[in-house]
Amino acid sequence: MSQQHDAYFVPARSYWPFVAAVVMFTTMFGAAHWLNASPGEAGFGKTVWLVGMVGVLAMFFGWFRSVIRESLAGNYNHQVDTSFRMGMMWFIFSEVMFFGAFFGALFYIRMFSVPWLGGEGHGVLTHQFLWSDYAASWGASGGNGPERLGGPFQTVSAWGLPLLNTLILLSSSVTVTIAHHALRAGHRGKILWFLGLTVLLGALFVNFQAHEYIEAYHELNLTLHSGVYGSTFFLLTGFHGLHVTLGTIMLAVIWFRVLKGHFSKDHHFGFEAVAWYWHFVDVVWLGLFLFVYIL
Amino acid sequence: MSHAAIHDQHDDHHGAPKNFFQRWCMSTNHKDIGTLYLIFALTMFFIGGSFAMVIRAELFKPGLQLVQPYFFNEMTTMHALVMIFGAIMPAFVGLGNWMIPLMVGAPDMALPRMNNLSFWILPFAFALLLSTLFMPGGGPAGGWTMYPPLSLQSDSLAYVVFAIHLMGISSIMGAINIIATILNMRAPGMDLLKMPVFVWSWLITAFLLIAVMPVLAGAVTMLLTDKYFGTNFFNPGGGGDPVLYQHIFWFFGHPEVYIMILPAFGIISEVIPTFARKPIFGYKAMVFAIASIAFLSFIVWAHHMFAVGLPLGADIFFMYATMLIAVPTGVKVFNWVATMWGGSMTFETPMLFAVAFVILFTIGGFSGLMLALVPADFQYQDTYFVVAHFHYVLVTGALFAIISATYYWLPKWSGRMYSEFWGKMHFWNSVIWVNVLFFPQHFLGLAGMPRRIPDYNVAFANFNMISSIGGFLFGASQLIFLGVLIHGVFFSKKKATERVWEGAKGLEWTIPSPAPHHTFDVPPVIHDEELAHGNVNA
Repeated sequence: MSQQHDAYFVPARSYWPFVAAVVMFTTMFGAAHWLNASPGEAGFGKTVWLVGMVGVLAMFFGWFRSVIRESLAGNYNHQVDTSFRMGMMWFIFSEVMFFGAFFGALFYIRMFSVPWLGGEGHGVLTHQFLWSDYAASWGASGGNGPERLGGPFQTVSAWGLPLLNTLILLSSSVTVTIAHHALRAGHRGKILWFLGLTVLLGALFVNFQAHEYIEAYHELNLTLHSGVYGSTFFLLTGFHGLHVTLGTIMLAVIWFRVLKGHFSKDHHFGFEAVAWYWHFVDVVWLGLFLFVYIL
Repeated sequence: MSHAAIHDQHDDHHGAPKNFFQRWCMSTNHKDIGTLYLIFALTMFFIGGSFAMVIRAELFKPGLQLVQPYFFNEMTTMHALVMIFGAIMPAFVGLGNWMIPLMVGAPDMALPRMNNLSFWILPFAFALLLSTLFMPGGGPAGGWTMYPPLSLQSDSLAYVVFAIHLMGISSIMGAINIIATILNMRAPGMDLLKMPVFVWSWLITAFLLIAVMPVLAGAVTMLLTDKYFGTNFFNPGGGGDPVLYQHIFWFFGHPEVYIMILPAFGIISEVIPTFARKPIFGYKAMVFAIASIAFLSFIVWAHHMFAVGLPLGADIFFMYATMLIAVPTGVKVFNWVATMWGGSMTFETPMLFAVAFVILFTIGGFSGLMLALVPADFQYQDTYFVVAHFHYVLVTGALFAIISATYYWLPKWSGRMYSEFWGKMHFWNSVIWVNVLFFPQHFLGLAGMPRRIPDYNVAFANFNMISSIGGFLFGASQLIFLGVLIHGVFFSKKKATERVWEGAKGLEWTIPSPAPHHTFDVPPVIHDEELAHGNVNA
């Protein structure tokens, strides 16, 4: 059977992809219905969405369980491994482009739409006749639109929690790399310690992020309604936070898989995929720290 | 044992499972999944086509005739969404699924289960999208581009946005799969620059898909939060800008246009050499031209927005960048003609559609050049001239290529020859009526008739009536296609040979017809002279 390393592997039929399509549809249909429910109405959308979400979790659990079993059975040869690696790389590239859309929106708004509304360049007449009370400043209280859009607000300082979060994510990148080296050297205890530390740092980041949001809403009056500043701030940091949360869950799953001895020195794609994802999340944060918080 | 494919289930060695659910819903077989994609695309083609019939019926005469204006707008919006995301793109993915593993000598796609998921998302996504037509408040009616603030007024927005998210997930996974297959699953000896042009065109298209589908997802997510969560991305009152949406949308939208034409280029580059019995002229130039077109597609998006009030410098940059695309496209058209030059040509149905493609797509290309000129575009923007332009590139371009590919490879899929007589009937009816349908729209547009309007000035009556007659008959001609397909798959008595076409070259013609459930379990030995495009390095 050792000959199989040179052989093609075509996986067996599985019902998980079909289940995945069904639960994704359920979630989306429920969410759309929920969004359209009139206020106070006991719409069934929320229930459908919840059922869908439970289904999505169950689907991930079941699909990954079957993949892990096949992997442990030694079905995945070098060629399959390469396909998985390419798949993960291109998936991360698609994520980069997704964040690119939001960063692009941020740059456009700061470089063009806000100054134009304030009367710069070819926006002179727009400013004079349509938005003459518009003060084109970025981040200052009330500067991002008429006050009725959420009222005056203050911005989150870059040098408080965000700086701390930057240090946390950067250290977590180091710890996950130490864990990877330990994996290649075969030191299981060291992997568990450093991977566990990475999970904790990820959870800490999410926790601080939640604190920051609470402070923004309750003390700074910085909300989703705070003009485009609020829109870009919350969507960029929010989608990033969501990715950190997912990454932390993935790292935790990998921790348990290390505990169960699923990975070997030279066969641990699952570990590496999650580590790549974690570095990607880290790099996005550096962009956020620079363009959303500092500048 | 080495180099043999391993299948987890014993019955896989003998063919497809009998159980319907197991075979079609749990498939990991590229041929079955490709078939599903193609059937889905054909279904959507007729649904989207019926929407177009409503549009042409309403425009048959001036004045409101049959439907309410809002319903008319729903029809134009849904026609576009269904045809683009439901018919053209899945058809190309289906062709890619079927043919890429056969063309590179792989036993299957690189990630077969993800392949199945990519497909099965689609019927559900379109159920979500089409269900809005039956809801109180109706479906989306602000055009397929979903420009705010108009699109934000519709209650169907959430359904449309989520449907687009699902389609995006499907496309991205499909594209990842195709890239991994092409880069990782080729038979030994099938070097990158020996691959058929169709495979090359899909490799580049897949890259475009992964690069821009997430951007569309981001754009529609901003629409969603603007409508339901109080953000201000596209609201000038809060510092945003509706034009920002157009920028993000067309950063996706222009590469998307090439996503719908590059695989067509690939198909034509397979069909013409076969029936001209000559290797393609300038193989490497063809590959590099596709790559340059893909690169340029990222820096031309604002030519969809010339009239929106961009700074003059931006208008001029995007005008020149757009005209630059004519260079690699010209290379391709030149090479197709040069391939036919001096060839021993025969005109079976696939070749007829391919030749029509070269001529009619070029007409669409030329009207595109006219639209690329900023001063001219100020006149043409949002008129029927634009409608005529993109239907020449999408119907006589992308769709004709898909039809050509279907006739070309159908005998390989089903093992039976389709009826050449009825194929030619389909061709001549299609090619005549499609021109009756779309050519007068150039004149309407130049005379100033706006698009997406259910009623019009009586001055436009004659050309609209001609166009509608062409539309009905073009639509009816596609029923011939359906008939030829059903006959060619199930009933035709004429068996197909392995090679099917006298001049056909390439790996897909070395396996039996119909293609067995599993092929290339053992990687084929590559002989350079027998490759689709000959020994291109010689």
